[in-house]
Amino acid sequence: MSNKVTRREFIRDGVAAFTLSFAAPAFLVDIARAQGAVSRNLVVIYLAGGNDALSTLIPYTDPFYYSRRPAIAVPTGQVLQIGSDASGKALGLHPRLTGLQTIFNQGRLAIVQRAGYQNSSRSHFQGTDIWGSADPNNSGGTGWLGRYLDSLPFPSDPLAGWNTSGATYRALTGISMSVPSITDPRNYSFASPNVGSEAINERNSAIRLASMAGSRPHLSFVNTSAMEAFATLDRVGSVVNYAPSVTYPNNGFAQALRTVAGSIARGIGTRVYWVQTGGFDTHSGQGNAGAGAYATLMSTVGDGLLAFHNDLQNQGLLGSTLMIQFSEFGRRISENGSQGTDHGAGGMMMVIGGAVRGGIYGTAPDLNPRPDNPTLENGGSDVTYETDFRSVYAKVLDGWMGTNSTAILGGDFRNGAPAFL
Amino acid sequence: MRSGDPLLDHLFRRAGFGASSADLQAVAGMSYSTAVDYFLEFERQPDDVDSKIGLPESVGITARGPFSPNTNIEDARQRWLFRMVHTRRPLQEKMALFWHNHFGVGYSKVAGTVGALVGTKMMANKSGETPGPQGHYELVRQMALGKFRDLLIAVAQDPAMVVFLDGRTNVRARPQENFGREVMELFTWGLGHYVEADVYAAARVFTGWNLRNVPGRDGVDPAAYQEFIYNSAQHEPTAKTFTFAINGGSTTIPARAATSGMQDGIDFLTSLANHPETARRLARKLWNFFVSDLEDAPAAFVDGVTDVYVRSDTDMRAVLRYVLNSRWFTNPGNFNARYSWPAEFVVRTIKEIGWAGFSVDTARVPLTNMGQTLFEPPNVAGWQLGRSWFGTGAMLARMNFAATVASNQKFNLARSFSAAERAQASRVLDGMLQRLSPAPLAGNELSELLAYLNAGGAWTGSDAQMNAKAPGLARLVAGSGEYQFV
Repeated sequence: MSNKVTRREFIRDGVAAFTLSFAAPAFLVDIARAQGAVSRNLVVIYLAGGNDALSTLIPYTDPFYYSRRPAIAVPTGQVLQIGSDASGKALGLHPRLTGLQTIFNQGRLAIVQRAGYQNSSRSHFQGTDIWGSADPNNSGGTGWLGRYLDSLPFPSDPLAGWNTSGATYRALTGISMSVPSITDPRNYSFASPNVGSEAINERNSAIRLASMAGSRPHLSFVNTSAMEAFATLDRVGSVVNYAPSVTYPNNGFAQALRTVAGSIARGIGTRVYWVQTGGFDTHSGQGNAGAGAYATLMSTVGDGLLAFHNDLQNQGLLGSTLMIQFSEFGRRISENGSQGTDHGAGGMMMVIGGAVRGGIYGTAPDLNPRPDNPTLENGGSDVTYETDFRSVYAKVLDGWMGTNSTAILGGDFRNGAPAFL
Repeated sequence: MRSGDPLLDHLFRRAGFGASSADLQAVAGMSYSTAVDYFLEFERQPDDVDSKIGLPESVGITARGPFSPNTNIEDARQRWLFRMVHTRRPLQEKMALFWHNHFGVGYSKVAGTVGALVGTKMMANKSGETPGPQGHYELVRQMALGKFRDLLIAVAQDPAMVVFLDGRTNVRARPQENFGREVMELFTWGLGHYVEADVYAAARVFTGWNLRNVPGRDGVDPAAYQEFIYNSAQHEPTAKTFTFAINGGSTTIPARAATSGMQDGIDFLTSLANHPETARRLARKLWNFFVSDLEDAPAAFVDGVTDVYVRSDTDMRAVLRYVLNSRWFTNPGNFNARYSWPAEFVVRTIKEIGWAGFSVDTARVPLTNMGQTLFEPPNVAGWQLGRSWFGTGAMLARMNFAATVASNQKFNLARSFSAAERAQASRVLDGMLQRLSPAPLAGNELSELLAYLNAGGAWTGSDAQMNAKAPGLARLVAGSGEYQFV
């Protein structure tokens, strides 16, 4: 173990010095407030399962789009046309992405085509780890967001990151910190079998017990999670009664975004939020003629993001928020016999925010499976990446988070980054 | 509760869900190896746990209308939790949970495809109770310690899996890869042993593995179900070539008449199941589940499991016998060296604090907040284990569940202490640490717990004091870091 005091050790030992009252959690809140610099938020949006990018941003003038996807292709007339890319290829959004079209038309949506990396993994789990670690050759280590949070000035804040999903992800894994997973602020409170002073005795005792982690690392880890809970209860609780300026759709994705908006509006100090929605592993029954299961996924994404965008905009918070979307891979170009698509390679990313220079970045693939087609791979089955996803991360880290991307990413990936900021 | 023998306590935590006094009576006087046999040869004890549902001495269930664990997923979750609390076959229930995580089929997608009623039956139907094949959980429970090869083939034909990994839509003309990929990546030998061409070939192997729908009279008729069929008309019969040998011989599954084409899949699954790499992957998962997730499996353990697995023709009972008798399992250094899964924590908390008048239904929402909704692993790879269970919100949910059970059992707990115990706060603490079994607490933690008992007024052991302090103490112990390990 290094000599550097980790954030976890600080919380454990720092709180241990204040074990006689509730001063410990309040103390940490004060640190968080004093650290200030909450002006910029990053909201990372993960579409779990491998989003079929060709159904999100549709190359509706490519004849091979229709010939290779006879059942699931969206008819040209339904595509929401948003212009052409640098190669002159006309592109359009899925018809259920009216929300994203609205944001695009305001110039606040950047779409990065063919984002990915060399030798793309077709495994959900390895793929997710690669996008999370930002290291295709060694995806088992820490995550890019975890490393960013590790790099924040000491002592940092247990709520610097907020995972709105119940699962943990490589991207959020750091060395000295872990991101709290808080799916619903309403559940984030401390219960007791007693009331009044007995309940307070009990809570104080629980705080002191959790601070006595000792030297065993696994026990220390668990106790620090408890300490972080005590240290963040009040701030998370302040989000419960948030009254948004718009009505959010009633699904998990939109409700998570609503919680994030509440947290931003309350200024509780979080810098990185993780929001996800699943169902993108569309091997089967993707739907056709612009309807069906994939259309439902697009409504969830587009309507949820528009509500979030508008809610922030109404409160003057859009300029301090950046959303970045990814998925673990794109899908095969040809549909299978199940009216679905199997695991593929290059995908797409989206970036949304008040500071974003909107537009279509990169060039679309040519879907003709001829052998010399440089935009395809795997015998013409899959889309080859053009923009290294790490260059998008680098742009976000340097241009938005105000840090040094080469330190966080373990290399200089700034070359070739799309100019969305 | 503790038995007085730390090794036996360890066995109960790992091969079961902790021990109640009835559990300890069942193994009273047994040597360690005899007790291991009691767990392994679980068929010696009758599978009568369901007959205890609704009895006053059992943990409760909450019925919303007729209790329908075969057709209502919330009731299925209650039945599973009930079994974990009261089973006389702890290792069978433990392995069912292990396999549920290994073959990570989730209810939501299944029900979204076939509806809630048939979807619940696919997850949890108990053979004979409603028409149709047994559900996914019943299947892995029944085959918990059989041959892995048989289990793998049964799971590949399990309607829940055929829906979950889209086999039902896999057709001859344009094969679909979902099951063919995951069976190699997740269910058997893992990444690094196959290439994309193998995925294509595997997809073709399973063409025609499909389901037959037996509708009910209406959408709520519990007679409705789906069952596995082989549809030769959708089987792609040409030869399939892999980069590895099938059944130790050629790398090619030869062209077959479509009518006998189901053998393609059997051959493929058999060769995967028999392969030593599958044994090695299972060995690493069993190490983390049964021995320790604080360190990686040593090579000698992996080799030992692999050897037994191969020699026993993939027999999981032989493998578990090796694991539970191994020097690694019985090493006290590995006691309390695994982060408990939420289901383990919840069941042990109930078993150790008490259940009279408590419903397992109370645990359903907290389990979700702790990150483990039964029948709903986050994806086909199962749950993320170890430290990943201990996010801030999840830890809070654990502490709060301890408070919920302690609050519910307030008076039972207070009354369970003898007059002699009540006379001294330190004896109440000793008694609580006999009932609950956290990893050993440090001296300063014991002092803190004693200070809690004495906080707010001198110790008298009065009813009022016991009614407040006994549940408070129980929640502090069950909510402690030490209690989160098994």
